[in-house]
Amino acid sequence: MPLEMLLLLASPLAGGLVLALTGHWRWAAEANAAFSALTFAAAVALVTRVVAEGPFEALQRQFFVDPLNVFLVALTAFVGMTTALFSRPYMRVERQHGRVSDGGMRLYHSMYQLFTFTMLLVLTTNNLGIMWVAMEAATLTTVLLVALYRSHASLEAAWKYFILCGVGIAQALLGTILVYFAAEKILGAGPDALLWTQLDTVKGQLDPAVLSIAFVFLLVGYGTKVGLVPLHNWLPDAHAEGPTPVSAVLSGLLLNVALYALIRFKVITDGALERPFASNLMMGFGLLSVAVAALFLSRQRDIKRMFAYSSVEHMGLITFAFGLGGPVASFAGLLHMTMHSLTKSAIFFAVGHATQKAGTQIMAEIRGLIRLSPTIGWGLTLGTVAILGLPPFGVFASEFLILTQAIARAPWAAPILLVSLGISFAAILGKVQPMVFGEPQLSLLSKSRLPYRPALLPVFAHLLLVLMFGLYMPPYLANWYRQAALLIG
Amino acid sequence: MLQHYGPQLINLLASLMLLLAFAMLAQRRIMSLINLFAAQGFTLFLSTALVAWLTDQSHLYGSALLTLVLKVIALPWILHRLIRRLNVKWDVETLINIPSTMLIGIVLVILAFNLALPIALLAGTLTKGTLGIALACVLLSFLMMITRSKAVPQVIGFLSMENGLFFAATAAAYGMPMVIEFGIALDVLVGMVILGIFFFRIRERFDSLDTRHLEKLKEH
Repeated sequence: MPLEMLLLLASPLAGGLVLALTGHWRWAAEANAAFSALTFAAAVALVTRVVAEGPFEALQRQFFVDPLNVFLVALTAFVGMTTALFSRPYMRVERQHGRVSDGGMRLYHSMYQLFTFTMLLVLTTNNLGIMWVAMEAATLTTVLLVALYRSHASLEAAWKYFILCGVGIAQALLGTILVYFAAEKILGAGPDALLWTQLDTVKGQLDPAVLSIAFVFLLVGYGTKVGLVPLHNWLPDAHAEGPTPVSAVLSGLLLNVALYALIRFKVITDGALERPFASNLMMGFGLLSVAVAALFLSRQRDIKRMFAYSSVEHMGLITFAFGLGGPVASFAGLLHMTMHSLTKSAIFFAVGHATQKAGTQIMAEIRGLIRLSPTIGWGLTLGTVAILGLPPFGVFASEFLILTQAIARAPWAAPILLVSLGISFAAILGKVQPMVFGEPQLSLLSKSRLPYRPALLPVFAHLLLVLMFGLYMPPYLANWYRQAALLIG
Repeated sequence: MLQHYGPQLINLLASLMLLLAFAMLAQRRIMSLINLFAAQGFTLFLSTALVAWLTDQSHLYGSALLTLVLKVIALPWILHRLIRRLNVKWDVETLINIPSTMLIGIVLVILAFNLALPIALLAGTLTKGTLGIALACVLLSFLMMITRSKAVPQVIGFLSMENGLFFAATAAAYGMPMVIEFGIALDVLVGMVILGIFFFRIRERFDSLDTRHLEKLKEH
């Protein structure tokens, strides 16, 4: 196993174990960030290796890296690192406000690292069974994080999250069993029959009837975690009631990782069926998610809930793009995945500080952020402008590509997409504008500053990256995305 | 002798699984529900061991052993302890009355057999006849999760669904590879521990484990 890869998985695992014992110490937040930075360094090294040597398999083919997953590994490690930086002051303020105990801090830091570990395992494993195990572990590590505040609402959100995702992931297990059943006829029994690289080479021989049933179960299962409508019920609650760093990684990373699992199965299923059965299902669910989320957006009162629905919308859009397929749409889907996770986590960082400052998550009670704290206000404004798909930000580029592809190849879907995007544009802008530029309550103005300086560097670093993608995409990055898109088909 | 009656014995055990799934659906007492769950686990253990012996699939012995340790001994023990520690001996409350639940259950079984038919035709295993029953067990546990209002019965439904899935894996493909079965078992165990912590938090907050308390988060 190459050293980079070992480090990539060992660093968060070790971090999780160390912080389980020391997570409440004074320097625990710095240690948390250091482990995440180490993971990111390993990811960068891994990317360099893949760029230089091409895709490779490791540890008797149990792990593999190709342009598709290495791109997500880099993204996951990067957002994992910036979120750790953001959570350093954020969680300290929460601790000071007495919302989290010492045990809670230990749990938070340890689970944060283990959560990163499970996601990286999903991304790098070649074995679809291990992928399922790691996916379930990702749910388990975040359940207690959602319930960290032990309030009525957070317990309820965590319970819903656990039960819904548990049931969902059980369906995915059934799907995986069925895929194994189809595979062992050709590859023979044993763990190798679930290796994705093996399945990919024999996908034309797999039984189409079994694979189509399997994909339905997998779509329901992993789709629950992606947050596709109508399986999205857990998502707004878990995002709104958990600590904000957790909302940022759930939205920015976990949804992507679940979608990645779905994409891998889609490639095999479409290959076995020789018709775009899986792709069509993904297009349908994606479109439904975009439309329903847009309708729910305007009815939200809690700021984190609103941005959670925006995540449902964007995940729907990405799922639709992958369903549409072809080099351009898949390229756009991958680009949008990147843009969404960078922008959405930046928004959650800004929202986290804004709610700490205002002392509430109810949007009607947050007013005049720009006067309370110009940096937080601008961070939220720019983030919102970016996520709404306004040029010159990168989200515009990816949404534009997806829309033009939809108009060219699935004209019936284009109006639904356009109307939904329009509705959500109006809803989000209409709610964020008074929060930032409205008249602040006097009581808030006189309130003392936050006890720790908010970490706004991650917010602007993310937005700067998104801006860069919108203005100029370095050729090697474009090339990389193109290669990954070819793998999706 | 056993070789000859083997397949019939497997079918017998499979029907026992289904019977137990229905019994769990009809059960009103929490302690009996846990015992029924343990009994279902034991049936699963017996049938997996039998399939292992009949087909010389040595890795299935491992799977059977895992079932015995986890589903028959560890999980029921944890559940019993939890009930004692939480000091709640309430009966199971259902959202739909039990006779209607049973009727829905019968419909689900028919559905499961229909779904399993095309897959079972392709299967070359000795156990392919039981695939329909395995899917039925999964769906029945699903129904149990939906129709129970208390947290513990919902969780037992979830665990029993895992039983059904293991049974389906044995029926269709002589079980999943061992590494993965271990992984699944680990997830289930960790999940159970987390749930244990969770139960205490829910009770500390609400003085009850009724999940109907957990219905405040809704769209306005």
